[in-house]
Amino acid sequence: MAYTVPRPKLTFAEKIYLPSIVAGLMITIKHFKRMLQGKTHVVMQYPEEKWDKSLPAYYRGAPTLVKDHDRERCVACQLCEFICPPRAITIKPGELPAQSKFAKVEKYPKEFEIDMIRCIYCGLCEEVCPEQAIFLRKDYAIVGTSRAEMVHDKAKLYEMGGVMEGLVPKWNEKK
Amino acid sequence: MDTILSLDWFLILTSLAKTLGIIFLIVLPMVSYTVYAERRVSALIQDRLGPNRVDIPLSVLGSLLGFKWKDRSIFLGGLGQPVADAVKFILKEDLTPAHVNKFYYWLAPCLAMVPAILTLAVIPFGSTLFGVPMVIANVNIGVLFVFAIASLGVYGIVLAGYASNSKYPFLGGVRSSSQMISYELALGLSVIPIFLVIGKLNLSDIIQYQIKHGWLLFPFTALFHSTKSELFHQLVLWPWMFISFVVFTISIFAETNRLPFDLPEAETELVSGYHTEYSSMKFALFFLGEYAAMITGSSLIVVLFLGGWHFPGIPDGSAGWVWGLVNIAVFFGKVAALLFVFIWVRWTLPRFRYDQLMHLGWIFFFEIALVNIFVTAGILAFFA
Repeated sequence: MAYTVPRPKLTFAEKIYLPSIVAGLMITIKHFKRMLQGKTHVVMQYPEEKWDKSLPAYYRGAPTLVKDHDRERCVACQLCEFICPPRAITIKPGELPAQSKFAKVEKYPKEFEIDMIRCIYCGLCEEVCPEQAIFLRKDYAIVGTSRAEMVHDKAKLYEMGGVMEGLVPKWNEKK
Repeated sequence: MDTILSLDWFLILTSLAKTLGIIFLIVLPMVSYTVYAERRVSALIQDRLGPNRVDIPLSVLGSLLGFKWKDRSIFLGGLGQPVADAVKFILKEDLTPAHVNKFYYWLAPCLAMVPAILTLAVIPFGSTLFGVPMVIANVNIGVLFVFAIASLGVYGIVLAGYASNSKYPFLGGVRSSSQMISYELALGLSVIPIFLVIGKLNLSDIIQYQIKHGWLLFPFTALFHSTKSELFHQLVLWPWMFISFVVFTISIFAETNRLPFDLPEAETELVSGYHTEYSSMKFALFFLGEYAAMITGSSLIVVLFLGGWHFPGIPDGSAGWVWGLVNIAVFFGKVAALLFVFIWVRWTLPRFRYDQLMHLGWIFFFEIALVNIFVTAGILAFFA
């Protein structure tokens, strides 16, 4: 059934636009004035002001490796390497020597590299890690002057990740 | 030999000084700082900060001069931005696409910039300085000259659109020409009531009339030295002058392609309109031409409706060269205030649709301006 949408009846003031134009001008000048008086605080001036302190706990920054006190958590299972959508992670597993205290773990990463040009900060590596060895920390300003510099090697990843306290459920059971 | 001696060297030299002075000391800096103001004001209106970083870096300056200064800068709060912009524009690659009509492609940016500056020749921007009138060419056809030259500005846009050989610039150029046709009429007709009242086309004479009888938009500026009947006369005329002012100002907005009438470059519809194919300094010329046209338009509004360089209580240049300078400052202060209005309107109103623009130009402003002429003429006949 045909239905005619009724046109709204405009008053004379609405028809000649001018009052609404003036109203609009008043709104913009109000914003202008409030900015001049410093009453509006919206913009953060980046290098001087940062929001690091108010970053939420779930913030996904650069992926890093973490250590327990005396051992590295990563067991070189390569799950993160396989799940990484942009294939940013490269792991070269190595075997732990028999006399090592943690010989039953068998493997450790000889090399662990994350290409930060490729990384998309999706956090799948953190999710997939059975050992809770890889975490997305709050570093977001990852810079370098060459491509090689943008590849984080194992030392750099441990330096950024540091020591992480806290329980790893699987290892607790076995202790 | 006789012809050289008989030349009025004083006139030539003062005209040259005035031309160079107004262009290089006043208008070009004003253009670049209008661009800066545009960015800052738009930012503040949108609750942002805008460009507030560019200072004078002492380390760079020091290394240029051979000193070793610390890594600090002289704080300017971003006022160095126009310099940075200029350097950027000059250093960018000046690309001429292969598919363009080269001659017109190179001609168009010049045509966009030149009329805007040329128009300033007849605008009196001050009273007198050391006895020299502060207008480059005090011609009797004042306003006609302005309209004739300002209309040439559209050729820059049309040629840019045509020469670019690309559909969006072409659409921008076509729009510009049709917009120009519909607004030139209202622009021309809206000032006729002024000439009916004043009886002269010379812009200096228009200012002299306003000093005597009060500014056309604010008749009360002559409150202290005009008789009651004179004041009454001005007040009766005021509403019609106000209508003239509104129509003229809006037409100037359209003439300078400012929002809400920036259909030729309408970014959201036409990429960036007529200057899509332009880069580097050629683009900058279009950009600066638009702002120069804004300054010219504002100057014209100031001269016609806001008393030019006159401000109640401030004597003219015959009282001393300081006052001559003050008059110039008053004039450009008024122009700056109008430029702020231009910017303010741009960041408030959305763009008109094309048919709305045509409707507004042909159905409203043309008729209003026409009726305004007859009413003013009737009032003048009645009171005379």
